[in-house]
Amino acid sequence: MSVPLASTFLQDPNFLDVLYIIAFGLFIQGLRGLSGPTTAVRGNRIAAVGMTIAVIATLLNRNEGNWGLIVLGIALGTAVGVPAARQVKMTAMPQMVALFNGVGGGAVFLISWAEFRLSGGFSHTPTYVTVFSLFAAIVGSVSFWGSNIAFGKLQEVIPGRPISLGSAQQIVNLLLLILAVAAGIDIAAGDHSEGIFIGMLVAAALLGNAVVLPIGGADMPVVISLLNAFTGLSAAATGIALNNPALIVAGMIVGASGSILTNLMAKAMNRSIPAIVAGGFGGGGAIEGASGAGEHAGTVRSTTAADAAIQLAYANRVVIVPGYGMAVAQAQHAVRELTKELEKRQVEVSYAIHPVAGRMPGHMNVLLAEADVPYDQLKEMEEANPEFQRTDVSLVIGANDVTNPAAKNTPSSPIYGMPILEVSDSHSVIVIKRSMNPGFAGIENELYYDPKTEMLFGDAKAAVTDITAELGQI
Amino acid sequence: MILASTLTTNLAILVLAGFIGFVVISKVPNTLHTPLMSGTNAIHGIVLLGGLLIVGLSGNGTFNKIILVIAIAFGTINVIGGFLVTDRMLEMFKVKPKPPAGGDSAHDGDEEAR
Repeated sequence: MSVPLASTFLQDPNFLDVLYIIAFGLFIQGLRGLSGPTTAVRGNRIAAVGMTIAVIATLLNRNEGNWGLIVLGIALGTAVGVPAARQVKMTAMPQMVALFNGVGGGAVFLISWAEFRLSGGFSHTPTYVTVFSLFAAIVGSVSFWGSNIAFGKLQEVIPGRPISLGSAQQIVNLLLLILAVAAGIDIAAGDHSEGIFIGMLVAAALLGNAVVLPIGGADMPVVISLLNAFTGLSAAATGIALNNPALIVAGMIVGASGSILTNLMAKAMNRSIPAIVAGGFGGGGAIEGASGAGEHAGTVRSTTAADAAIQLAYANRVVIVPGYGMAVAQAQHAVRELTKELEKRQVEVSYAIHPVAGRMPGHMNVLLAEADVPYDQLKEMEEANPEFQRTDVSLVIGANDVTNPAAKNTPSSPIYGMPILEVSDSHSVIVIKRSMNPGFAGIENELYYDPKTEMLFGDAKAAVTDITAELGQI
Repeated sequence: MILASTLTTNLAILVLAGFIGFVVISKVPNTLHTPLMSGTNAIHGIVLLGGLLIVGLSGNGTFNKIILVIAIAFGTINVIGGFLVTDRMLEMFKVKPKPPAGGDSAHDGDEEAR
């Protein structure tokens, strides 16, 4: 081992480890910044600085070489990543995150594969390194393919409805998992055959497809969170295999973050994670409302934009309850205009946002923030619910199941127990909706039959614009 | 012996990082969960380092070089794209001193952090 003269302290492994430690310290500090909107921008930039330091430390290490390939790879990645990040619409954010998540998983399994080939099939490699590399390869491959399918569904390249093999699905999934793990065990036990390794990657790839294809569009927030956690964990495993502390910490934190979000989303939908992964729910029609449609004796009252405008104009306090329907209709800017008009009349307006409003955790907030809705008007469910009692008008735009009182009152309802926005506590309710069709779960919404409720049928954007126009005439 | 201690040290780091992750992430409000997810997404792009480390080792054949370049490109997309898009989103959440007349997106292009 001749140490070249050029090898200054800059290439000392201990110095590089210090840089890695600084990097992960900055990641943690950066994420702490995300606890509020004023510190969040800086937090994200601090994390980016951490990443830059980690990359520099890696490029300094004395085994580094093949600079041409490095430049090529980074140039390709920048050429794709920068325009994508700059141009993506906020409504398309879930797809974008799925895609970025997928390429992360893809990088993980490719790196494992390269390691396998370079070490002659993990010969003379400590067993634990082999095991973590194999774990990374399997999870990375599942995450890559799963994220791509999720992207396809969100982008509507693939139909959003569940595509499944029916009852055989779970057996197939289990078999694929066993196949991938068995191939991994075989390699860890000393088989150096690349065929087996590729077989393992293929089994994991099929598993990624098989798990996400049967999941309906409405369950996407959970899926994206889960895949995010997977990629994080696979990165942490790569970190252990490569003995790199920055990778371990960063990967594990992402794993923790993804797990927390997955759990939160599942809770907000009142579903267990295994039930969602088992699939098939989110497509509608699978579950008939136990309380049955058409059982309601109550009638539905419909209203006009003019009447709704009068009601809103003379309210003291209005809460807007946006759902994904609002985003689909691209109505967020129209809603913001309506809010401004109301604020001119001294009406106090806030937005009550259910955790699963949108296609990924927090998505609705981003859409509203893009329409310049001030942060302090965005209320989380826990914050919003006690306020409904002193609210004159709740304006529900494109939200359905998350406002259904059956979740609280009807134990036989499939959504019983799901936390909801308690809109029916307010003095009156206006619901903007295309038609009386039930939501994704196919469940009748009792709210619509409430004597306090008036329905304004129509496209969300057109209806909101109409109300704003009528307001101008009052 | 040395290997075992590397493993245990790394496992200790892994476990502690998990706990820190849970504490830090729990403090993020629901409202910021999308930027949180895209930000953590960018952070797991750190697998890029794995590609950078291995591509430097001698003995990579042509096929290895190809998959490593792809891995580095993927990692770079993940990192740069993730941080940029998070920055764009967070700029929108910034408390604005006075609301501008137009309602449209008012984010500008000074999002370079590196």
